[in-house]
Amino acid sequence: MNTSLTDSAATDVQAPGRFREFWFYFSENRGAVVGMVITVLLILVALFADFIAPHSATEQYRDHFLQPPFWQEGGSTEFLLGTDAVGRDLLSRLIHGTRYSFMIGAMVVLVAASGGILLGLIAGFARGWVDTIIMRIMDVILAVPSLLLALVMVAILGPSLMNAMLAIAIVLQPHYVRLTRASVLAERTKDYVTSAKVAGAGPFRLMFVTVLPNCLAPIIVQAALSFSSAILDAAALGFLGMGAQPPTPEWGTMLSEAREFILRAWWVVTFPGLAILITVLAINLMGDGLRDALDPKLKRS
Amino acid sequence: MTSSSPLVVADNLTRFYTVKSGAFSKPSVVRALAGASFTLEAGKTLAVVGESGCGKSTLARVVTMIESPTSGTLTIDGKTITPDDSSARAALRSSVQIVFQDPYGSLNPRQKIGRILEEPLVINRPSMSAEEREAKARDMLRLVGLRPEHYSRFPHMFSGGQRQRIAIARALMLEPRVLVLDEPVSALDLSIQSQILNLLVDLQDQFNLAYLFISHDLSVVKHMADDVMVMYLGQPVETGSRDAVFERAWHPYTRVLLSATPVADPTHQKDRIVLTGELPSPIDPPSGCAFHPRCWKADSRCQQTAPLLQSAELPAQPISQPSAPPEAGALNHYLACHHPEK
Amino acid sequence: MALLEVVGLTVEFKTANGQFRAVDAIDLTVDTGDIVAIVGESGSGKSVSMLALMGLLPWTATITAERMVFNGHNLAGLSARERRTIIGRDMAMIFQEPMSSLNPCFTVGFQIRESLKTHLNLSRRERQHRAVELLDQVGLPEPEKRLAAFPHQLSGGMNQRVMIAMAIACQPKLLIADEPTTALDVTIQAQILELLVELQRNSDMALVLITHDMGVVAETAQRVSVQYAGQKVEEQPVLPLFDAPAHPYTSALLAALPERSSGRHLASIAGVVPGQFDRPAGCLFSPRCEHVQPLCHEQVPSQTQRDGASVLCHFPLDRQGRPTHARQDHDSQNQNQNSQTDVNQINGGMQ
Repeated sequence: MNTSLTDSAATDVQAPGRFREFWFYFSENRGAVVGMVITVLLILVALFADFIAPHSATEQYRDHFLQPPFWQEGGSTEFLLGTDAVGRDLLSRLIHGTRYSFMIGAMVVLVAASGGILLGLIAGFARGWVDTIIMRIMDVILAVPSLLLALVMVAILGPSLMNAMLAIAIVLQPHYVRLTRASVLAERTKDYVTSAKVAGAGPFRLMFVTVLPNCLAPIIVQAALSFSSAILDAAALGFLGMGAQPPTPEWGTMLSEAREFILRAWWVVTFPGLAILITVLAINLMGDGLRDALDPKLKRS
Repeated sequence: MTSSSPLVVADNLTRFYTVKSGAFSKPSVVRALAGASFTLEAGKTLAVVGESGCGKSTLARVVTMIESPTSGTLTIDGKTITPDDSSARAALRSSVQIVFQDPYGSLNPRQKIGRILEEPLVINRPSMSAEEREAKARDMLRLVGLRPEHYSRFPHMFSGGQRQRIAIARALMLEPRVLVLDEPVSALDLSIQSQILNLLVDLQDQFNLAYLFISHDLSVVKHMADDVMVMYLGQPVETGSRDAVFERAWHPYTRVLLSATPVADPTHQKDRIVLTGELPSPIDPPSGCAFHPRCWKADSRCQQTAPLLQSAELPAQPISQPSAPPEAGALNHYLACHHPEK
Repeated sequence: MALLEVVGLTVEFKTANGQFRAVDAIDLTVDTGDIVAIVGESGSGKSVSMLALMGLLPWTATITAERMVFNGHNLAGLSARERRTIIGRDMAMIFQEPMSSLNPCFTVGFQIRESLKTHLNLSRRERQHRAVELLDQVGLPEPEKRLAAFPHQLSGGMNQRVMIAMAIACQPKLLIADEPTTALDVTIQAQILELLVELQRNSDMALVLITHDMGVVAETAQRVSVQYAGQKVEEQPVLPLFDAPAHPYTSALLAALPERSSGRHLASIAGVVPGQFDRPAGCLFSPRCEHVQPLCHEQVPSQTQRDGASVLCHFPLDRQGRPTHARQDHDSQNQNQNSQTDVNQINGGMQ
């Protein structure tokens, strides 16, 4: 009916997809790509641990206490990385340990991020005294050294992997709250939020449908980075005997069990330590790449 | 003019903000909008002109009910909104919609165009089926000069002008009667600006829309407006039909604005009035006439008493009494000045 | 010899999706005492070309030029150290956002004195004296008091005056003003433009004014260079440009001005400026041009002359605003009709 209205704004621009742009920025950071490759490999190892591991993680070979890795004198290819003090295959335990580490990371990030995002949204939207109360509680949590706080909580709740994860999640939560609140405060003044308000959107719609999806980029970066600190903290708690309990093949617990053999059998401490190092490094490198690709402030146009 | 009752009547609208300037000092009051009255009829455009800080954007937010007025009443479509009453607002929401200046900030970057357009329907017309909504959104895209297949794209795939078309389409989804246009073309390039202005003109003709057109660009205002309201520091200083304000600008500030606007004609004779000084702060407005510190005609009377907005061409007849908003008539030229530049 | 001579300046950016040519073979000559306006819409490369001159582009940019000479120095071959002695002293720039161009952590006085310290050999007392003199020159009342103020304590217009004071501190031979008044209100804009022209007149400085506002161009410039999608499409003195534009783009742009309209509708240019992914073959303006010919879609035009104007068009408009081909093809009606149908087909394809 209205051809005069169609002044033709209809020239088409085939701009490339978002994913391609993301990959361009991500792949510019070599370390990030290496980190991602290692992370993917580790995830595969965790998923298929039952098929990859040459032995059971808990079976004790009574004839092979503290056998060194295969390239050292006294080692055999049956136990590639040697055995521990009760004759369990170190390689198999490390492979199964990958599962625990990634599960810990994923669970902790899930709990910390969902709680943190919710509190951050509430604080950012409510302002006033609700905001003040939430943020001051978070400040208090941040003021206590994180490992110490986790330790106290596990001591109260009782040492177990579940409780350790919960404690770490609570310790990591304030970062998410602060990050979400900051993004909410920046986003909620933008015109698209106002126009949703003019359209009649209620507070819940504004929070979850309008604003939250636009705050996710920095939260994803934070999630990647706190994934690795969750693994580190869980290993630390395990080392102190407050995390996973033996015979669970969790890396920190393995380190703790091997403490007294440091001088006699270097491999029982070195390999779990290396496993933690490589995993955390890989995830951190990947997190840096994510930040380069997702954080608009670092993006150049 | 028509005898139909006006669609929007604003009567002495004010909006104050309190700001804390420090932990130990008293909070101060920003008089962002210090009493504005106007009427707007269906199918007409009222342009609000002024520099930054003159209260024109606050006026837009009050008229669209994003913020409630501190005092004064706003009557839209026969229903009156007072500062304390919020129930009328929901009912009037679909009558007044807004288009913002920045086409990059006003569309949610994470939502597809279809969802952006349908959101007002989802909230306000819950009985409408998903198919009806989609059909309406696609129709609306065609109406604003985009293609229906743009429905499933994200805003970042569009240029500034196309985004502004989408923003206009969204504002029209609820079939409003009043559209508040807050600097709708000042972020756009000249060649795109004319496309959008033409679209607005066509939409106004087709739907008999009333526009509250906020702008600082006088050449755009001269093209679009039926009536013009010039604001300074939260108050209208001169209102009237476009011809009255542009041809018979009697307020010194209107004169200044007109002379300061660059004319795209190198042969044009420049007789520019260059103002000294800066815009005073709305926290601490000058006594008397707000314009007197920068005005070349100011005398002691201007420093002491604020001039009332009164008819410029008829004998003195103050209109700032609540019962008598300015009538839309042949002689609707109003002025707030002790020494008009007649 | 010209103060600034640029021939064939091209700037390319490395982006997520390959190379993007932001500036495409721009020529610019500025003489001492000139006021040249560079006009264009967003994406026309007008700011990028000037930033390239100043060496202010990020590392992703590749700058090539046949010739880039300022005041006898070849800008392309300068080391970073040599460049710094020229930039800010002989060649200065002011930007659109006065608020973000000044460092919020330091007082205005500190920042002016710092630029004096870098380039001029003055004692502390002389620097202070000169700073007061500069602020007085740009029309700030109570200069001594203003020197102690931080940028956030001043208004946008005042900050822009401070920026201008810093730019003219070393009496530059060339001042590049990148949209100096776009962020300011009209009354302040009038003050700043008046100031710039006055400074230029009193000091024989050359002024390059980058803007998108035709009104500003008409009131200040002597010569105008119109850019479109990274190319210079037209260059003329200001009077003939507004009177008889030679390029169809300039003509359409002027027709789109609200003050030149008569009816309810404005003249408008259909479509949008081509971006990185929809660059047409041939003339870049061809998809939007109302006088388009088949040749325009195939062949890239080259710079031609039309009485004093330099135009990038196959069929520049004559003084009456008619495209050249209309005259050429006047006698061969048949041929004209053919080309007309071709155009329609191509237009149909574009829609």
